Amino acid sequence: MGELLYSTIGAAWDLLQKKELSATELTSQCLKRIEATEPKLGALLAIDSEGALAQAKALDDKGPNPSQPLWGVPVTVKDVILTRGLTTTAGSRMLETFVPPYDAFVVERLRQAGAVILGKANMDEFAMGSTTENSAYHAAHNPWDIQRVPGGSSGGSAVSVASGQCFASLGTDTGGSIRQPAALCGCVGMKPTYGRVSRYGVIAYGSSLDQVGPLARSVSDCARVLSVIAGHDQRDATSSPNEVPDYLESLSSVSLKGVRFGLPKEFYGEGLAGDVSEVCAGTIQKLVEAGAERVDVSLPHTHAAIATYYIIAMAEASSNLARYDGVRYGYRSSQITDLESLYVRSRTEGFGQEVRRRIMLGAFVLSSGYYDAYYKKAAQVRRIIRDEYVAALDQCDVLLCPVSPVTAWPLGQHANDPLKMYLMDAYTLSLNLAGLPGLSLPVGKASGLPVGMQIIGKAFAETQLLRIGKAIESVLPNIGCPQL
Amino acid sequence: MGEETKIGFKDVRHMAQLSRLDVSPEEESVFAGQFADILGYMDILQEVDVHEVEPLYSPVNHEFRAREDQTRAVRSHEEILANAPEADEHYFIVPKIV
Repeated sequence: MGELLYSTIGAAWDLLQKKELSATELTSQCLKRIEATEPKLGALLAIDSEGALAQAKALDDKGPNPSQPLWGVPVTVKDVILTRGLTTTAGSRMLETFVPPYDAFVVERLRQAGAVILGKANMDEFAMGSTTENSAYHAAHNPWDIQRVPGGSSGGSAVSVASGQCFASLGTDTGGSIRQPAALCGCVGMKPTYGRVSRYGVIAYGSSLDQVGPLARSVSDCARVLSVIAGHDQRDATSSPNEVPDYLESLSSVSLKGVRFGLPKEFYGEGLAGDVSEVCAGTIQKLVEAGAERVDVSLPHTHAAIATYYIIAMAEASSNLARYDGVRYGYRSSQITDLESLYVRSRTEGFGQEVRRRIMLGAFVLSSGYYDAYYKKAAQVRRIIRDEYVAALDQCDVLLCPVSPVTAWPLGQHANDPLKMYLMDAYTLSLNLAGLPGLSLPVGKASGLPVGMQIIGKAFAETQLLRIGKAIESVLPNIGCPQL
Repeated sequence: MGEETKIGFKDVRHMAQLSRLDVSPEEESVFAGQFADILGYMDILQEVDVHEVEPLYSPVNHEFRAREDQTRAVRSHEEILANAPEADEHYFIVPKIV
């Protein structure tokens, strides 16, 4: 059964369709795996055994349906995405008892496609963090070395996929939160173009940056899940009316011959650890041997991206998180004397330190006297950064670069230095500023820990990214599975 | 904020007040140091020439179209009140305001 739990959705789906495996059997196996591994990993905040088995039984009763691309496939969902009737905390004490009255658009789509939802994945509180250590409940651990972080903020999603607890997970990516944990845990993660996937029912952090996307064990599996969750939704005005191609279908024949990979020089310089740099160089060499071309490109304002990103993300966070007032839902303090103290005490006790830090800085950069110097300026630099991406992508097919400057680091390493932690996001966050799609995939290991690289394309170039991603996957050796 | 970004306890208290948050005396000093570091780092933007650059607030490039304005039952009264810390059958309950 171990092998089955590390197989792809495609392989499991074939067995399910042929009735060689029932949805109930597969769900039970995943639940057993969860029970065995959770004490070490902490990937999940809620395990819905009863609900998952009921969903699986309902599917088995009706029988396999080839028009449901996730029929009987067990998945997890990041706890920032609303699931009707199943507690959704966003990793925060603020929402410890919040039971959503509706499903997010992407969860509706998962259910329609026949997926079985096993539980909710651990995350940094309100998606603010790069290690999952900011979860108000417990840290998640990297399955390749449980003394190390899995990345974040969708760390629980990456861990649950990489450890064989489930076949895919939905995460969210505001500044790298899908791609970076995918890279540190050795799985495939995709951040779609801003607007490709509806954000309806996704607890907001940075609304002009947030996007839902899949984490899975292969590029084809990512394509399959993306086909399910992509599409226009009237309830999210920023979701795109562009038609959704069949991403899985588009992967039937792929090649690296003549593919022009743009290598932004700013992503390969100072700050990139030697062992990661070596794996990246080896990968580029293999792609060239397989017929690809390398093109040197430049993104000159990369050095300003971290500051730009954090100003915008914090400003949007301070505005979005104003809704937690202790009145309509969420935590309410018992130490209250009047309405003002209800707001202040509930928010102070309900939010963790990183969330309060970002709200305060966000309120500051939006405040009178500082708005132009910080927020407006950042929005102007954002346009420069976006235009540079577009210009670089005019010189090549896709950009290719590292995801994280280092491999997974020890738990607690940067816990008291928020600025140092922000600097770790250098290679991922400019993509969100530009609203472009990115696909992170494992390319090798350094000292036993996975190394990921990402390919970046023009807006709505998901098909191209997945095709090239699949071609890369086919020329690189598989990194294997973590031993737990 | 210039080369030497200084954030005093008073600034931290002002930021907390804007955010409807309380900061304990111990946290005041931790936050003051961290905010000075973070805002100091952000001064990097001062070197960027943004003359005549339009701000980009959203990457969306499709035209927003409003949906038909039709009345629909979305969620019931009970569902909406179910997550309230304090409510009766009809209303959210808060401390006395007037």
